[in-house]
Amino acid sequence: MYKLVDKRNLGPNLTLYEVQAPRIASSRKPGQFVIVRAFDHSERIPLTIADVNKDTGTVTIIVQTVGKSTAEMETLEVGGGFCDVAGPLGQPSHLDNFGTVVVIGGGLGTAVVYPQAVALKELGNKVISIIGARSSDLVIMKDQLGAVSDKVMVTTNDGSEGIKGFVTDALQQLIDNPDMNIGAVYCVGPVVMMKAVADLTAKYDIHTVVSLNPVMVDGTGMCGGCRVTVGGETKFACVDGPEFDGHKVDFDELADRLTTYQSHERHKDQCRMLKAADKIKE
Amino acid sequence: MSDITAKQRMAIQRQPMPQRDGLERCKDFDEVNTGYDLETAIKEAQRCLQCKNAKCIAGCPVGIDIPGFISKLADGDVAAAAEILRSSNDLPAVTGRVCPQETQCECVCVRCKTDTPVAIGYLERFVADYARENNLEKPKEVSASTGKKVACIGAGPAGITCAGELASMGHDVTLFEAFHKAGGVLIYGIPEFRLPNKVVEHEIKNVLALGVKIEKNVIVGKTVTIDQLFVEGFDAIFVANGAGLPTFMNVPGENLKGVYSANEYLTRSNLMEAHRRDAETPVLRGDKVCVVGGGNTAMDAVRTAKRMGAATSTLVYRRGREQMPARVEEAHHAEEEGICFEFLTAPIEVLGSDDGWVEGLKCVRMELGAPDDSGRRRPVPIEGSDFVIDCDMVIVAIGINANPILTQATPDMNLNKWGYIQANDDLATSIPGVFAGGDIVRGAATVILAMGDGKKAAKSIDNYLKTL
Ligand SMILES: Cc1cc2nc3c(=O)[nH]c(=O)nc-3n(C[C@H](O)[C@H](O)[C@H](O)COP(=O)(O)OP(=O)(O)OC[C@H]3O[C@@H](n4cnc5c(N)ncnc54)[C@H](O)[C@@H]3O)c2cc1C
Ligand code: SF4
Ligand code: FES
Repeated sequence: MYKLVDKRNLGPNLTLYEVQAPRIASSRKPGQFVIVRAFDHSERIPLTIADVNKDTGTVTIIVQTVGKSTAEMETLEVGGGFCDVAGPLGQPSHLDNFGTVVVIGGGLGTAVVYPQAVALKELGNKVISIIGARSSDLVIMKDQLGAVSDKVMVTTNDGSEGIKGFVTDALQQLIDNPDMNIGAVYCVGPVVMMKAVADLTAKYDIHTVVSLNPVMVDGTGMCGGCRVTVGGETKFACVDGPEFDGHKVDFDELADRLTTYQSHERHKDQCRMLKAADKIKE
Repeated sequence: MSDITAKQRMAIQRQPMPQRDGLERCKDFDEVNTGYDLETAIKEAQRCLQCKNAKCIAGCPVGIDIPGFISKLADGDVAAAAEILRSSNDLPAVTGRVCPQETQCECVCVRCKTDTPVAIGYLERFVADYARENNLEKPKEVSASTGKKVACIGAGPAGITCAGELASMGHDVTLFEAFHKAGGVLIYGIPEFRLPNKVVEHEIKNVLALGVKIEKNVIVGKTVTIDQLFVEGFDAIFVANGAGLPTFMNVPGENLKGVYSANEYLTRSNLMEAHRRDAETPVLRGDKVCVVGGGNTAMDAVRTAKRMGAATSTLVYRRGREQMPARVEEAHHAEEEGICFEFLTAPIEVLGSDDGWVEGLKCVRMELGAPDDSGRRRPVPIEGSDFVIDCDMVIVAIGINANPILTQATPDMNLNKWGYIQANDDLATSIPGVFAGGDIVRGAATVILAMGDGKKAAKSIDNYLKTL
């Protein structure tokens, strides 16, 4: 068992879990993920590692409660623990000093992109963060991101906070600013959002990294369920990714494959990005 | 066994394996073969001629004393038979079910010359099952502790066997397994109806009872590296992480919804138990399913699909029936279960609907041309023979590649050009103290060859540890 040492609510349906997993804590690099099973009958769910503490040997994950598996995870209490935590999986982020970097998080993606922002700042980048959410109450991690960013922008679909509109509206403002020389964009969020960002940055030839979240089973290259098309080639997101060049990803195929289990009542989890995407489209 | 003459032995016919009716059993995941009873097993055992120069032993990759255990069984002493089996094979209930006996021990049995071989596999299975069910298993002896630590990476048949052997030699062994459950292909791949998980679990429990420790959810190469394991104090390492990277066909439409690799399909249905309707892990249930390939994996997938409720479940294979690498018994069982076969047929495209779901498999007919490097006649497409098989699901089972996770993190390890680990005759790799065996060295092979490697590596590691 992997002991749960802390559990905190971060917002509506958003929970942070800090779990004892010393081997993972000491080997993890930003951009990597774990596969967890809350109970012995649970599915294997991939979750990005938001943070680790090497001294205490703990790993932090942030989970949005959307389906049965994540709802069940909610029942875990501090002192108890996860049945399985395996990782760290995937390739670490290729981080560099790009000068100015725009870090974009949509919905839960904000939590996923946070460790990149931290690492990019440490590398000496000027970091500008954009948080996208449907409405003000769903804006998460603003303070944490603020602490490592030179500037934080918020966009909400309903205009209840920050710019009314999409993250691309904020990004367009930055691109249009002649003093702003954007070296790279890191973007994590719903598939349609990542696609919109990649389409925009492609026009200006700005290097753009996205983190993909296809359906996974093992997370070790064994099943091929996580395959995505990147630059016309089939890649396994769990082994070759999860981060890829946003200008090469076939987002439409990914969005479509994410609907595979939509009719499976218990499988809302792996479709959460898509559901969020639908909401944004509305 | 003196009270029966050779002539009497020769007069006994091979005892058929009792099995459930094909059309009945393909509705559930219970085992197909139900196994001999004691009386039948003894009768079959009496067919063995107790050859002085027993060819069957040489045919067995782990060299089981076949006439030895059969003789004890013929005498009705199942416990003694089980002990002989276990002295050379840690997983007899598994191998009795999944070994290709027809190309190993049974095909060289002297009785093949006159009638049919002794049913060595069925007898092995009987002895292991009977001993388990009647508490006749004697624990293996464990030598005094040597104080040496060995890590076995991968809890498949190779890793488990090596761990068991080393533990009985007195070494302190830890198995590191990537999944949340031990067993490798035996657990995630081979379905319940052929190899019940409880049988595998029991045999693994026996190995762990020798003092072997297991750490699950450890992906060596990610969670910890080979170098770090040495730092942690392991004196030697056996790498047996299997092959396990699925190959796709590289045809258009392969990423449509409803296309699975056999690995994914079988992992969902076996390891994650999606064959139970109340399981948390989902799996698609096709009505018309095509499985591409001709090996054991393809056969397992096509029969699983039938059991998951497919009206038609079709195997599409580019060569002919005789060239199929699957066990003969499985092909036979598949036929009884109403599986359709399209031989000499190769897919060229997966057809999809507007909303991205599989709608058909476009294929071309093949004919066998000149032999290729492997000596098998190479299938070549017949021009203009395209046709479409109507289906809503396609499962690809055309082979596997070496999984790169461990080897990428171990740059000093020499690999062959396909990414498999290079090991010498003693199964030593290019890194001192690191040995390797099973599918990660051989490419997709068999359970028993992986186990044979595990045994051999254990001997090499034992010798190596003596030099430290
Ligand atoms: C569906 C199917 C049916 C088959 N049917 C038969 C049959 O009937 N008869 C037969 O003889 N053979 C059969 N085979 C082949 C046989 O299963 C394999 O040859 C055999 O299992 C290989 O054993 P192994 O120990 O080398 O590897 P595996 O059984 O593949 O075990 C490797 C283990 O290592 C773990 N692992 C992988 N990477 C890592 C890592 N980095 N760190 C830690 N652990 C890791 C895996 O999770 C796995 O548990 C079948 C194979 C399949 C897929
Ligand atoms: S070759 Fe056949 S008859 Fe001879 S010992 Fe082996 S099993 Fe018995
Ligand atoms: S999740 Fe199975 S190969 Fe990536």
